[in-house]
Amino acid sequence: MSNEVKEALFSAKNMQSLTNPFSRNNPVIVQILGICSALAVTVQLKPSVVMALSVTVVTGLSNLILSLLRKGIPDRIRIIVQLVVIAALVILVDQVLKAFVYDVSKQLSVYVGLIITNCIVMGRVEAFALSNKPWPSLLDGIGNGLGYGVILVIIGFVRELFGSGTLWGVRIIPESFYEAGYANNGLMLFPPMALILVGIIIWVHRSKNTDLQEKE
Amino acid sequence: MKALRNFVDKIKPAFSKGGKFSALGSTFEGFETFLFVPNTVTKKGSHIRDCVDLKRVMIVVVLALLPAAIFGMYNVGLQHFRAFGDLAAADSIWQCFWFGFWKVLPIIVVSYVTGLAIEFAMAQIRGEEINEGFLVSGMLIPLVMPVDIPLWIVALGTAFAVVIGKEAFGGTGMNVFNPAILARAFIFFAYTSQISGDQVWVEGLVKGGALDTFSGATPLTQLADGLAPAALQSTPMDWFIGTIPGSIGETSFVAIMIGAALLLVTGVASWRTMLSVFAGGYLMGLLFNLIGANDYMLLPAHHHLLLGGFAFGAVFMATDPVTSAQTNCGKIIYGLMIGALAVLIRVINPGYPEGMMLAILFMNGVAPLIDHYVVEANIRRRNNRVKLVK
Repeated sequence: MSNEVKEALFSAKNMQSLTNPFSRNNPVIVQILGICSALAVTVQLKPSVVMALSVTVVTGLSNLILSLLRKGIPDRIRIIVQLVVIAALVILVDQVLKAFVYDVSKQLSVYVGLIITNCIVMGRVEAFALSNKPWPSLLDGIGNGLGYGVILVIIGFVRELFGSGTLWGVRIIPESFYEAGYANNGLMLFPPMALILVGIIIWVHRSKNTDLQEKE
Repeated sequence: MKALRNFVDKIKPAFSKGGKFSALGSTFEGFETFLFVPNTVTKKGSHIRDCVDLKRVMIVVVLALLPAAIFGMYNVGLQHFRAFGDLAAADSIWQCFWFGFWKVLPIIVVSYVTGLAIEFAMAQIRGEEINEGFLVSGMLIPLVMPVDIPLWIVALGTAFAVVIGKEAFGGTGMNVFNPAILARAFIFFAYTSQISGDQVWVEGLVKGGALDTFSGATPLTQLADGLAPAALQSTPMDWFIGTIPGSIGETSFVAIMIGAALLLVTGVASWRTMLSVFAGGYLMGLLFNLIGANDYMLLPAHHHLLLGGFAFGAVFMATDPVTSAQTNCGKIIYGLMIGALAVLIRVINPGYPEGMMLAILFMNGVAPLIDHYVVEANIRRRNNRVKLVK
């Protein structure tokens, strides 16, 4: 035990589990997880950001807690234990949202509760937290939550700007544009456009990272 | 001609690899094969080469579209003069055509310039030859637009169709959906008020000042609003000739049929697909006649084929060799389904007065599945035959 080299808090390996999910191992555009909520809550920027933060909190804390518990959880009932922890965290997040940002919480409706079933949360717990120490697990959870969040914010930004002409509820595209014949893009308000946007992001991302491309 | 050939040969080195303008290599190649039949020769094996390449096939389709386009221009003028009570001008064919020509031309130019610019750029980036696929799409897109559509929306729709509909899938010949319909669907869902309703089909109606008695609504919109077929402003004869409000190229059944004849004689389009689309629509119309629950369902089945974009879609869009089913049996199933779905959407869903666009898009997506099962069935049948012989 004692002759094990103590790893620094922000060692290169730890930092990698934090930063990898942003691009090279992004949960949404590389692992194609969490697409459902990425389509549903991104009509406007504000709910996208709130959703991104909520998921980050849940993935971070659930990774941390389950990593602490990992040696005490019997293997056969681990999924149930994970669910209990994740569900408890999601309820906490839901209550906080209801207390402080009620209107956004209304907009997100069931999708806050559905964080429980978000594949990213469970996926990271299974794949990382159960076999790693608490600190790297926390970083990994936060990294993945933020990696998911980045995509959400990009999509929310584009959809709100072109779909409603606003950002964070503030009018960005001036009235004179509308008088000159500009019109909001109604397709942006529909979920299919979010799917197309995810597709475009994946397209751009893979053309930059050629090693991610599948061989033909 | 000889002088041109010499000129092309003279400037060729500058555009080939390592030349001064090698960045424009694809563009040069595109224009060279446009002017002259390519002199590529097969080196191995005994393939037969024909000078009818993709470019020549596309030109036939563009020629087939011309009657519909020319009539569309005439009709734009006719509807405009009727709406504003200028009956003397409405009687003059030349005046109507000239007015429409200057309204439609910008839409065609915008569609071609946007689409070709993207295609040329993409081909150059990927180091491929320019594909001619857009020659037809660029003509189809303006013809399925209302005349009052803002030009920037046409450009955006075209760009979406070319980039997302075609290039993302790998370019001409690889697209799952017909780019022209995709452009229209994009605009339909993104800028709904600019491409539907009662005002957009006739030039100048949105600005006001038209006669109160004139309605710019298409017959299909009026039917979807619950108007009895007998109460319509236009008669089936008008629908046949095409002097009704509607998208630029879709109104005239006669003009479209001239194009259809050219496509069938040259063998560019499949008669199986075309015929079965009409059959499917007709059968669905008959079925509705039998049910007869409201006025719309009682519309005679053959009138469905004359109205809206049905004929245009059947002749020019359902027959797109890339996105339709490939097997002969599959083509018939594909066509029947398009026709039936189009009429079904029109009659049952008042939110979409025109069903052709959605029907073709949907069947584009299903076409590979149809082919798969047709091929599977064929394999099974032949396997059974082998067993019988044994």
